Amino acid sequence: MINVENLTKKFGEVTAVEGLSFQVKEGEVFGFLGPNGAGKTTTVRMLCCLISKTSGEASIDNYQIGKPADSLQIRKMIGFVPDNVGLYDDLTAFENLDFYGKLYECPEGRRKENIERFLKMLDLWERKDARAGSFSKGMKQKLALARALIHEPKILFMDEPTANLDPEVAKTVRDFILEIKKQGRTIFLNTHNLDEAQRVCDRIGIIKTRLLTIGTPEQLRESLAKPKTEIKLAQVSEAILSELKKRIPNKIEVAGNKLIIEVTDPDKENPVIITAIASVGGQVQEVNQLVPTLEDVYLQNVRETK
Amino acid sequence: MRISKSWMVAAKDIKVFLRKRYTLYSMLIFPVIIGIGLPAVLYLVISRQGNLLGIQHLTDLMNAFSFFFVIGASAIPTLLASYSLVGEKVEKSLEPLLATPITDSELLLGKGIGAFVPSIGSLYISSIVFMVLTDLVTHSTLGYYFFPNWTIGILLLILLPLMSILSVEWSVIVSARATDPRAAQLQGILIVIPMFVIYVATEVGAIKLNTGTIWLISGAAFIADIILFFLSTRTFQREEILTKWT
Repeated sequence: MINVENLTKKFGEVTAVEGLSFQVKEGEVFGFLGPNGAGKTTTVRMLCCLISKTSGEASIDNYQIGKPADSLQIRKMIGFVPDNVGLYDDLTAFENLDFYGKLYECPEGRRKENIERFLKMLDLWERKDARAGSFSKGMKQKLALARALIHEPKILFMDEPTANLDPEVAKTVRDFILEIKKQGRTIFLNTHNLDEAQRVCDRIGIIKTRLLTIGTPEQLRESLAKPKTEIKLAQVSEAILSELKKRIPNKIEVAGNKLIIEVTDPDKENPVIITAIASVGGQVQEVNQLVPTLEDVYLQNVRETK
Repeated sequence: MRISKSWMVAAKDIKVFLRKRYTLYSMLIFPVIIGIGLPAVLYLVISRQGNLLGIQHLTDLMNAFSFFFVIGASAIPTLLASYSLVGEKVEKSLEPLLATPITDSELLLGKGIGAFVPSIGSLYISSIVFMVLTDLVTHSTLGYYFFPNWTIGILLLILLPLMSILSVEWSVIVSARATDPRAAQLQGILIVIPMFVIYVATEVGAIKLNTGTIWLISGAAFIADIILFFLSTRTFQREEILTKWT
């Protein structure tokens, strides 16, 4: 559905995005994770034909990004939720959606049906005749979502859709994303929110000007360093540390009265570690197996590029 | 180019203008003043000076007053176009708008129509009121109805649209750099200055406003329209708008 090959964007001397290559399959929710200024918005803007590419290739449903004739076709099949909602404050919720529905050439009957359907789904139907300017931030975000879906696009691009929303509205928006995912739409989601990415995305790409890594949340967690064993002791002593260093070559971190030890095979290595600690009189209070989180994957990738 | 898309944008802009008190007043105050105020001035002049005011002077004054519509045509579209362009910039609504299947030229034309139609509409209504009231006030002195005549005909049908277009194009250029609608309007209104110079020149007798002069000014406005058209279309490109306007 979305094919990106070596996509690069430069603004003068500044390279915003460099050599991006990835694919997004039909019906997939693809998350783009990255710090501020990583090139997430620039990538989405290029894919939505809002700005030109400097080099490389990208296509959506076989329509080429950068070809003027294809740009209009691409914009017809996509919906876009920008990081700033950009609604018309002096128009009502209904008028905002109606205007966009007309621009997307949505026939009147279907337009009216969709306005009612999406406003009802997002609990805004009762406020359809209120001006968007009178809406709260969360309501505006929901209206922007409805606007992006008014023409029932095949692909939905979302740039930080839950940024700065209160947890309740953020959850509504996430649930809504899951709902439209069920309808088989392809979703391209830019986000800072790791928890959100983990919950809604089928695959995730981590970007910092270049694409650092890509995969399912599970693949990314598995790709990261070894799992770790966390052992809480009554007290950490030099004797315990020197005994462990004698018996195992693993990396050991000390955090207060806890030892965090990198392990390759926890089932084989943990008993050796515990025996070593007990042999020098150490008292084990708790043993936990630490599984890398998406946050660990994200931080490791982003820090490695510094 | 699909004109229907431009009309959608224009209709939306006009709806927004009518809901904003500030833009509504901008559209109405000037036409009301010239449509009713100027015939009232003529009435006062005639009632005080009577036959002392020569017929030639009176008709020159009426021609000079009709030039106020040209000043209005260069001022009102600027106020509306600046508001619509910088307003979109302030409300950050350009990005989702540009993501729809609309071309830059369709959007620019829509913005232009949105500023042009209400401006020219209000000026035309005002000009009818002006002509009727002026005729009523001056008929007893002149012995005939001065309006309509060829001079005001060319002025309203040729020069007024050309000046309105010029004003919209100028606003696009000015709006590219402005971050506040009022700042854009202040810069935009500079386009009125040449028209004021012409008006003052007619009042002091340096220029005589007749059909020939109006054609000449229209020709100059037409050339300026073409030049500013190229400059404004170069300014109004989606990448420029999204990366430099904001």
